Amino acid sequence: MILATSFLQSESFIYVLYIIAFALFIQGLRGLAGPTTAVRGNRIAAVGMAIAVVATLLDRGEGNWGLIALGIALGTAVGIPAARNVKMTAMPQMVALFNGVGGGAVALISWVEFRHHGSTYGEHTVSRTVHQVVGAGGESISVGHAVGFAAVPTYVAIFSVFAAIVGSISFWGSNIAFGKLQEVIPGRPISLGSAQQAVNGLLVVLALAAGIDLIAGAHSELLFIGMLIVAALLGNAVVLPIGGADMPVVISLLNAFTGLSAAATGIALNNPALIVAGMIVGASGSILTNLMAVAMNRSIPAIIAGGFGGGGAVAGAEGAGEHAGTVKSTSAQDAAIQLAYASRVVIVPGYGMAVAQAQHAVRELTKELEKRQVDVSYAIHPVAGRMPGHMNVLLAEADVPYDQLKEMDDANPEFQRTDVSLVIGANDVTNPAAKNTPSSPIYGMPILEVSDSHSVIVIKRSMNPGFAGIENELYYDPKTSMLFGDAKSAVSEIAAELAQI
Amino acid sequence: MILASVLTTNLAILVLAGFIGFVVISKVPNTLHTPLMSGTNAIHGIVLLGGLLLLGLAELGALSKILLVIAVAFGTINIVGGFLVTDRMLEMFKSKPKPKAEDEEGHA
Repeated sequence: MILATSFLQSESFIYVLYIIAFALFIQGLRGLAGPTTAVRGNRIAAVGMAIAVVATLLDRGEGNWGLIALGIALGTAVGIPAARNVKMTAMPQMVALFNGVGGGAVALISWVEFRHHGSTYGEHTVSRTVHQVVGAGGESISVGHAVGFAAVPTYVAIFSVFAAIVGSISFWGSNIAFGKLQEVIPGRPISLGSAQQAVNGLLVVLALAAGIDLIAGAHSELLFIGMLIVAALLGNAVVLPIGGADMPVVISLLNAFTGLSAAATGIALNNPALIVAGMIVGASGSILTNLMAVAMNRSIPAIIAGGFGGGGAVAGAEGAGEHAGTVKSTSAQDAAIQLAYASRVVIVPGYGMAVAQAQHAVRELTKELEKRQVDVSYAIHPVAGRMPGHMNVLLAEADVPYDQLKEMDDANPEFQRTDVSLVIGANDVTNPAAKNTPSSPIYGMPILEVSDSHSVIVIKRSMNPGFAGIENELYYDPKTSMLFGDAKSAVSEIAAELAQI
Repeated sequence: MILASVLTTNLAILVLAGFIGFVVISKVPNTLHTPLMSGTNAIHGIVLLGGLLLLGLAELGALSKILLVIAVAFGTINIVGGFLVTDRMLEMFKSKPKPKAEDEEGHA
């Protein structure tokens, strides 16, 4: 029995469990390459997580089981209802919140490491291997009760400090993103204007200075707390000035931050499962951030430095002057007739569809069209909505078959042989100015080329420009007719009219 | 010397994990990016392990205990909530092709 216990708690066995765990994470993520394997992949990753948790429970010293149970019970009590009840339209907020929570955990853990590295390198070690090796090297370890990183190797201090700063930025940044998406905080950019960049720069310098001081062995806990606070301010200062339309990039970036901070914690604690899992999340977030930035034709630094500014609004004002009076408006009945006699229809959803919760109505409309042998597909821009893949999740919720969801590169060549493009609550991602008007702020951004189709119907609440603040030339195209109204009721009306034809 | 090898081993793990992450995640289609994000949210819940390890330390003060309980709760929210909500989303994607295939069979 004793033998069995000591085997289960032996370092090799625990290490093997960690290896199994991260292998399962990777295998699980591989499943996400396609919709049929994805569910299984997610469950495989969850099994990996369970194994990693069990391994850690075997690994750790004794004591505080009650507190562990308390923490897990609290987390479960919050996590399960949140995951069960969240609406698909609210997924961006949910992801932002979960992301922030992860960053917060990392920052808190770094704080406790700071408090206890000095005192605990005696009997119970945070990181067994590091301790043993240091001991074997004959270096004396200070077993005082002072807080600080003096007693640990410098690299441990570096990674702990990195995790603390980045974790705190991620926590606060994500919470602000959550607030904006939930509309607790205004979605428009809130900034200090031209002083913003100077302030951000100052905060970066302050955080780094505090971090370097701590790595060098400073014992002051106040300094550590100050560093967390500066990082928190930085998280606020970076995300507050970013507008709603840039949210997909911000959320991806914060996702990468949380992952990287977790990986840094893994190095500080010498835990391979944490390193691998954190790094994979960091890679995922980086890839998504880059994809989103490319899809918006904007550099990541430009987005961080602040939202679309006055330039866009000025260009928009000029555009409005030129085009005034040439918009063609239509009715649900006319739109229904137009759609009924089309042989190929492409639906282009945008954030407006999410806001109006119109995805089920859209699906009903599609069913009506399919009854009439109309070929229907959905063209989805990578940054449509408020997070990567936002539209796809909504349409999947409404039972739209996976193979009808076309990515931009597959959808664009098809517009030329499309009879009607139905744009539902999408704006900037369809604006031909991105291709035709070099002076436009969105010039060069890849768009869905709906203006190539034979005709276009745009469902929109008003002529107000989108988040980029730019007038959309598409609306003044002679091929385009506008159906003004709430996306959900407009789509339902069209479907009702269709049923009567 | 040995200390350096602990660090270099961990750095090697870090770099390799980065490359594997890039390769694996690059294969995820745009359509599944939201579930990917919530799935990776669940995976970074692994910081829970850090909280569990530190709670095993002797001589934890009250503040440290409070901080760690919050960290453990946060990590658990990520893991439990993240995997559940991802599962919910992916089920929606998965169930689609089936009824359609049945329809087609019905027609045939």
